[in-house]
Amino acid sequence: MTDAMLLAEALGDVLYTGAIGLILLGLYAMVVPRHLVRIVLGLLLVQSGVNLFLVAVGYRPEAAAPILLGGQAIGPVVDPLPQALVLTAIVIGVGVLALALALVVRVKDVHGTLDSREVAERMAAETGDSRLMPETAPGRGAAVPAREMLEDRS
Amino acid sequence: MKGYGRAVAATIFLIGLGTLLAALFAALPFGQAPMQVGQATAVVALPETGATNIVSAILLAYRGLDTLGEVTILFVAATAAGMVLSGAGRGEAQGAPAGFILRVASGLLFPFLLALGAFIVVHGHLTPGGGFQGGAILAAAFFIPLLANPASPLNHTVAMVIEGVSGAAFIAIGAAALFGGEAFLTPLFGTGTPGELFSAGSLPLLYLAVGLKVGSELAGLMARVAGEGGRA
Repeated sequence: MTDAMLLAEALGDVLYTGAIGLILLGLYAMVVPRHLVRIVLGLLLVQSGVNLFLVAVGYRPEAAAPILLGGQAIGPVVDPLPQALVLTAIVIGVGVLALALALVVRVKDVHGTLDSREVAERMAAETGDSRLMPETAPGRGAAVPAREMLEDRS
Repeated sequence: MKGYGRAVAATIFLIGLGTLLAALFAALPFGQAPMQVGQATAVVALPETGATNIVSAILLAYRGLDTLGEVTILFVAATAAGMVLSGAGRGEAQGAPAGFILRVASGLLFPFLLALGAFIVVHGHLTPGGGFQGGAILAAAFFIPLLANPASPLNHTVAMVIEGVSGAAFIAIGAAALFGGEAFLTPLFGTGTPGELFSAGSLPLLYLAVGLKVGSELAGLMARVAGEGGRA
């Protein structure tokens, strides 16, 4: 086993572990916190993890970047296809992120809170639809009276 | 215990998912992934397209239609964000002007960011970078003064005109190939001398369109999210 192969193996472990860690951390941040901005940040973390994984897959030992400024490739180059895919994914991620943040801004405008459970409670009270009511809300299950809510929003 | 049920369930699920992902990744030997397309493309991209940046060659020549779809998704996201944020009386400028240092520095930065963004856009087929990256820098050039002084509004009409024209230019360049009997978005004008600024046929033109479109779109989008919505 040459040094380069050992290095590549260690690098692979670090990158794959990092990608899995980012994905899991992002999913946790999307599921457990109730703050809407944290949920959006979780989405961003998952995107980063997937992007890191895709770029890592294109790694080749002792290869150069896929830029052939010297005219011709001197040695092997890393796989350019995942890089192009990740470039697309990053741009789309920015669009999705901006749209999500715009929706968060609107939620704050309309409901005056960024707590997803409070938003659900208010929506349940407003529409009278008990299916919208969050199930595990001890002590807060009582619907907010509609009158109080209107004052809150004005 | 009631409030922790969600966290416990999520943790158990994530441990399972992590194990699954680790098992999948372990079956994928690092540095020798069984993918042939990328390597084959890296060999033929330079002679076929004349672009020394192979990622750009893939993005514009081999996957041009995907890039058009990507630009469309960005456009739809920007439009949707604009629609969500417009109305509801969000017209007023929010926040006081920033401090002296930020205001002066944003003015100083503006021409350099503009030059850097333009450089990265027009050299996208030669060096690392391209329309998307340069476009993001162009957007930052217009967004930083807005952060420094929220009262100075971005001209959304001009941004929308640039965006529309560049988007139409991308499609027009792609459609021009149809007249030569080629497929949509086939690179035109030959390959030129690889490594020179005017080479790689129509790829730099496509990247210029992408750069202007992404730049105007992102600038408008960020300005809206920053609280300037309802002005367009």
